[in-house]
Amino acid sequence: MITIVDYGAGNLTSVKWAVEELGFEVEVTADPLRILGAAKVIFPGVGAAGQAMEELAKRGLIESIRAVVAKGTPFLGICLGMQILFDWSDEDGGIKCLGLLAGKVKRFDFGSNLAQLKVPHMGWNQVRQTGLEASGLWQGIGNESNFYFVHSFYCEPVDKALVIGETEYGGVFTAAVQQKNVIATQFHPEKSGRVGLRFLQNFCQGDYGGRFTR
Amino acid sequence: MLTKRIIPCLDVKHGRVTKGVRFAQNRDIGDPVELARKYYRDGADELVFYDIGASPEDKGILIDWVQNVAKAIHIPFAVGGGIRSVTDMRAVLLAGAEKVSINSAAVLNPQLIADGAKAFGAQCVVLGVDVKRVTASASVPSGFEVYIHGGRKPMYLDALGWIQRAAELGAGEVCVNSIDADGTKAGYDLDLLELVVDAVGIPVIASGGAGSIEDIISVFRQAHVDAALVASIVHEGTVTMGEIKRKLGEEGFLVRN
Repeated sequence: MITIVDYGAGNLTSVKWAVEELGFEVEVTADPLRILGAAKVIFPGVGAAGQAMEELAKRGLIESIRAVVAKGTPFLGICLGMQILFDWSDEDGGIKCLGLLAGKVKRFDFGSNLAQLKVPHMGWNQVRQTGLEASGLWQGIGNESNFYFVHSFYCEPVDKALVIGETEYGGVFTAAVQQKNVIATQFHPEKSGRVGLRFLQNFCQGDYGGRFTR
Repeated sequence: MLTKRIIPCLDVKHGRVTKGVRFAQNRDIGDPVELARKYYRDGADELVFYDIGASPEDKGILIDWVQNVAKAIHIPFAVGGGIRSVTDMRAVLLAGAEKVSINSAAVLNPQLIADGAKAFGAQCVVLGVDVKRVTASASVPSGFEVYIHGGRKPMYLDALGWIQRAAELGAGEVCVNSIDADGTKAGYDLDLLELVVDAVGIPVIASGGAGSIEDIISVFRQAHVDAALVASIVHEGTVTMGEIKRKLGEEGFLVRN
């Protein structure tokens, strides 16, 4: 059973349908106890960091997310669900986030010499795989495969060793991270066609319960 | 870097996909879900559906097929046609569409762009514009005029000015359709698209006129658009998505395989 956290942050159904198509049972819930007891958690998100943090607090989900991560349950944050795992986001004038990953979230700012680069960064872009020895998440996915992105902010982890995927847009930014059982992607695997489904499958099938030490 | 996107466009009427020439002579070409699945498998980067039935009783059908498309494919898609309010937008997005495309309703009520962008984020709001070449005048200095209601009603509004204003209001992307070129397979309106690309900082999707792979190459090379809409050329099997991607790759464009 894959548990998807529902905190009113955008459309969760595309994640649900993608995971169901892979043959896994899915529950979509805002119940802190269901999340705490989950076998695997997906934490999606579309929208703004400020409102997302407010909604999590309102639903009493902040503690259960911290607890389920602490007990080693495999946990996948997607897009905004990646960003708010970090300490701090510059969005909405500055928002204190969950602090499960050390680092902060910044807005793309290319200056005048790269004015042709548009924000949001929207569309298909290549993800360079790093940290292959530790992560089974890229299994069956070619290096530099295209994934679908829609975002104006990007994550900057303190520990660069957590980065398992990076992407170029004006410069190199972090497309995916893994810290033990916590995995997070800036791209939307649920909207990334065949390679995205494979990434989700690798997460849903893999054993991340503390097996990887990094 | 971002790839150039190829976006098959499907016109839907009463729950069936149809294709016309210059907004007329529509004929049935299939079921939205089956066609969506086919283009998804063939490597489409995104899909766009325009509901051209758009009568009140079609609203229920619309949500049904949008939901079924969302279950069947795992790439982004936009839905337009008959979307007049934030409530309509929400229904389509909750049914599983990634983006909504607004056209006539945005011209008649520009605030809808701002309200939609505020509620769902600019990336969800695609401005569709139907444009016709006219003699330049005081109200249409560029000679490109905005039409609404499926290309039937002139608005005495300059297309470039309108697109710039819509981008300021919060449109995240603009799909520029040339009424003159639509369905002719004589190539995109490169002059128009070049002007739009220079005028705004949001992604531009070229629409109307694709008849060959060369037309698609030209629109990327000369007009520097971010994406190209294709309709008849793929619906009729003149070329496949795979052939388009392969040729673009050979010509040095970055595409998703």
